[in-house]
Amino acid sequence: MLRINRDKCGYCGTCVAVCPEDALELIDAYLSLERECIGCGICARACPLGALEVVHEE
Amino acid sequence: MKSSYDILVIGGGPAGALAAKTAAEAGNSVCLIEKRPAIGTPVRCAEGIGKELLKEFVKPDPRWISADIESARIIAPNGTAIRLDQAQAGNEVGYVLDRKVFDRELVWQAAEAGADVIVKTRATVPIMENGAVRGAKVLSAGVPADIRAEVVIAADGTEAQFARRAGLDTTVPLREMMSCAQYVMTDIDINAGCTDFFLGNEIAPEGYLWIFPKGNRTANVGIGISGRKSREGTRAKDYLDRFVAKNFPNGKTIEAIAGGVPVCRPLPCTVGDGLLVAGDAARVVDPITGGGIGNAMYTGRLAAQVASRCIEAGNCSKEAMMPYDTEWRASKMGAGIERNYKVKEYFVTLDDAKLNALADSIASISFSEFSVLALIKELIKRNPKLLLELKALKDTLS
Repeated sequence: MLRINRDKCGYCGTCVAVCPEDALELIDAYLSLERECIGCGICARACPLGALEVVHEE
Repeated sequence: MKSSYDILVIGGGPAGALAAKTAAEAGNSVCLIEKRPAIGTPVRCAEGIGKELLKEFVKPDPRWISADIESARIIAPNGTAIRLDQAQAGNEVGYVLDRKVFDRELVWQAAEAGADVIVKTRATVPIMENGAVRGAKVLSAGVPADIRAEVVIAADGTEAQFARRAGLDTTVPLREMMSCAQYVMTDIDINAGCTDFFLGNEIAPEGYLWIFPKGNRTANVGIGISGRKSREGTRAKDYLDRFVAKNFPNGKTIEAIAGGVPVCRPLPCTVGDGLLVAGDAARVVDPITGGGIGNAMYTGRLAAQVASRCIEAGNCSKEAMMPYDTEWRASKMGAGIERNYKVKEYFVTLDDAKLNALADSIASISFSEFSVLALIKELIKRNPKLLLELKALKDTLS
């Protein structure tokens, strides 16, 4: 599961461009997970601000 | 907003604005949609552009020029500075723009030329018929609508989702995405006519940190690092905060922004049936400098020119519109991107000791030309062994 910290997010869209699944959408001034996330974590790596975190459920 | 146009432009940045203006001037019915509620904001850019390049597209106007740049310094990890001066170079350097005003001006020009402009409207998916793009399904302030068009010009920036959903793979590999953060800082001691580029794996791994003046004591202070170097604790913001704490401890940050700059090769093909891709969405960013404003305006304008011809001829197939792709690739811009991509791929392998040695070798040179190419040529002259490591470049430098 992808956790988006909207207080940290700069809504820049970097994550959108690196997502291999086209799962993220930058809408206006917020980021939204619109389709299924595979938990690869590429977006969390690319984020300049550390606003994304992949949380693996137990 | 009508339900059908000759040309639909997605995105209100410099690529989209030039596309819409050019298409409208050629007599097409044009609609430009922008997903944000305001053109030009938030800014996602360091705002630098070469003067000559800018003038090819728009007359410089003090209303959207923040600073006139006369020199630049490239600072190696050991502090060695390579200096490029307008006075000794004999040609012009660049401007730092005010993108909020600049983008708005370009879109205003498109509107003046007759294009419809609609904000807070995003394309969700292409309208596809028999494999061809025939427009876009949009959400306009939450209200769904179909906008049909003979040609869609996708200028939707780094996200580049429209072309992706039309079947072109626009995904940027992590290592080729520059992860960027920038502060607009004020009350800082800078040289107002000089742009600074700091290199080094401790400062900005596989990227650089920049100070682009926007006034006597105001500047864009920003950084781009490779996505593969970006991790918890070593993100763009972490490097930037460290630099600012050390160099501008009393500066005031009046704006904090982030962004992603694709420094991969351009898309293998920027044309589809009924579709042209321009600007950052086409990945036509200079891989060394990360500069994309001029390339965006160039490809946006060219896309509209080709689309206009094809609409007039009644054939907007991929084949008919391929001259767009062929022409930009063969252009000075296309050749420059290809060359600088190879240079970038070499430079990201260098450690700080090598960067220092290269900088030291050319630190005393007076440059007669202000460009990446001039720098590379001088580096090779002083370090002939470089040519062996840069074999791929031999042909492009001759």
